Amino acid sequence: MTPAPAPPGLTHGPLAGVAHRALIGVLHGVFTGLANGPFSGIANALGQPFLRYAFIAGTAIAAASGLVGYFVVLRSQVFTGDALSHVAFTGALAALAAGTSLLIGLYGACVAVALAMAALGARGRADDAAIGSVFAWVLGLGALFLTIYTTSARGANGTSGVSVLFGTIFGLSGTQAVTDTAVSAAVCAAIIVIGRPLLFASIDEAVASASRVPVRTLGFVFLGLVGVTAAAATQAVGALLLLGLLAAPAGTAQRLTARPFRAMWLSAGFAIGSMWAGLLIAYAAPRIPPSFPILAVATGCYLGAFAITRRGALAGRGRRAPAGSDDVRGERVNPLG
Amino acid sequence: MLAPASGIGLSWNIASDIRELLAYQFMVNAFRAGTIVAVAAGALGWFMVLRRQAFAGHTLAIVSFPGAAGAILLGVSATAGYFTAAIAAALVIAFVPRSLGGRAASSESAVIGTVQAFALACGALFVSLYGGFLNGLTSLLFGTFLGISASQVLTLLVVAAVALAVLAVIARPLFFATVDPDVARVRGVPVRLVSAVFLVLLGAAAAEVSQITGALLVFALLVMPAAAAQQLTARPAVSFVITIGLGLVIVWLGLGAAYFSVYPVGFFITTFGFAAYVLATAGRVAVAAARRRGKLADPVIA
Repeated sequence: MTPAPAPPGLTHGPLAGVAHRALIGVLHGVFTGLANGPFSGIANALGQPFLRYAFIAGTAIAAASGLVGYFVVLRSQVFTGDALSHVAFTGALAALAAGTSLLIGLYGACVAVALAMAALGARGRADDAAIGSVFAWVLGLGALFLTIYTTSARGANGTSGVSVLFGTIFGLSGTQAVTDTAVSAAVCAAIIVIGRPLLFASIDEAVASASRVPVRTLGFVFLGLVGVTAAAATQAVGALLLLGLLAAPAGTAQRLTARPFRAMWLSAGFAIGSMWAGLLIAYAAPRIPPSFPILAVATGCYLGAFAITRRGALAGRGRRAPAGSDDVRGERVNPLG
Repeated sequence: MLAPASGIGLSWNIASDIRELLAYQFMVNAFRAGTIVAVAAGALGWFMVLRRQAFAGHTLAIVSFPGAAGAILLGVSATAGYFTAAIAAALVIAFVPRSLGGRAASSESAVIGTVQAFALACGALFVSLYGGFLNGLTSLLFGTFLGISASQVLTLLVVAAVALAVLAVIARPLFFATVDPDVARVRGVPVRLVSAVFLVLLGAAAAEVSQITGALLVFALLVMPAAAAQQLTARPAVSFVITIGLGLVIVWLGLGAAYFSVYPVGFFITTFGFAAYVLATAGRVAVAAARRRGKLADPVIA
């Protein structure tokens, strides 16, 4: 599902081996369990197309969100991700109100605003107040489009606005699932390709640009990728909740390890795990909207990591810096090693 | 939201328009509530922009949505839900990130993002468990100025008065701690306590505003007047006054425009706010270009 080549961070080191084996074990367990284990109910469930689409598209979207989210958190651009999630809402509703394809509005708005933010950030820092003013207004426009759409004949049932906000992963059609999976896989591939220079540029911009890493271009490409991810994730978990898929798994991974690539893959793993657990819970309890268990599991992982690192920090105080309190900036890990 | 009833219409006679606006008790209540909310949001938003806590402010604003949805699900008053959720989230944001000592900004923003997304997911859950109020959902998220009762106005007034009184008490140390936290700490200002109190006040203000503009658009009233005013002048007292003035003008215009049109009040408030911000930025750039030491007497919005 994730087209992951052997991740550099997982190929050596004892913990990495454990993580790798655990990952394979979980994959193996899930698939054999689905095939003929005590989970045959789930196997039956996967026979239903809507759940299969949800799992395939959800896995790809979660992998992309986890990988992109790691860099979003590392670069302290969570607020930008927040802004983009609201832009996704307005873009989708603008498309619905205009009667064109939802995807055009979604991807168009997200990528355009992401690139605009990258441009703002390149000329001095785009400050909080500027980002906030812009996206509050964009959201106001979203409210306008929602009204236009729901009062027009097309939107008479009035649920589209709600599904854009909170996601309809169980409502994905086959073609939508294919589109989302392809787009997310492309985002994953792009992140893997630019991962090393992007990491370098994120950790120490000055040294990176001195070593001829194209820092500005990377910033643009990266925010463009965030925009694409936001647009894809909007269909799965909704515009309001995609921030959780970006921030929570990445925050969890950052608390658990200070090593960049390991954290990056952990982040993707947590995102995928939250997605799978959430989908299963939502399938078992149909009254619960799928977005809730997905984010509840992601938040639970974060709390767990918080508790673990806090205990470790209390026990290990004086020996070393608390494991959770350092990002890679503090650790001075060799970003290329 | 509200299709204009027959006989309501915008004329060129401003006095009669205003008389018509204030003819109905619900509009009078809306204007009273809007005025209270604009002052509280302006005052706290000014500090929020100064402290660069826009992300935290946005999260506190959004958290009021699950609060209200949960309160409706439990059958208690939505007002109680707004305040409980926003203040609880303020406490989480204030105390969780720093409990391990010094913390990089990046993981603090991950905490805020996680709080926000989880809160919204809870909101989605409550809405879906309740099942029946999909029509009310839009007004929870995007605001309505209809049906604000006199007792709600009173609640807003009391909370705003308390919040502003506490803000007045901590204003000086808060300003000091914002401008130069290290020196403030050395001089004996309890920086962490002041910051936590400020976040709780911000949560209270966000909960107030969300009853008018809806949870998603609170942020407009918190950030836009302050951002515009801080573009216009660097002097704290002046920009503080401009912030509150702008907030009042934006809310009054927004409520008036919403009354005379079919579109939601949140759209008008954000649009007027954004116009103020854009005009202020353009004005600053123009003035700076025209003469080095320009001084604007009036906010640019009229």
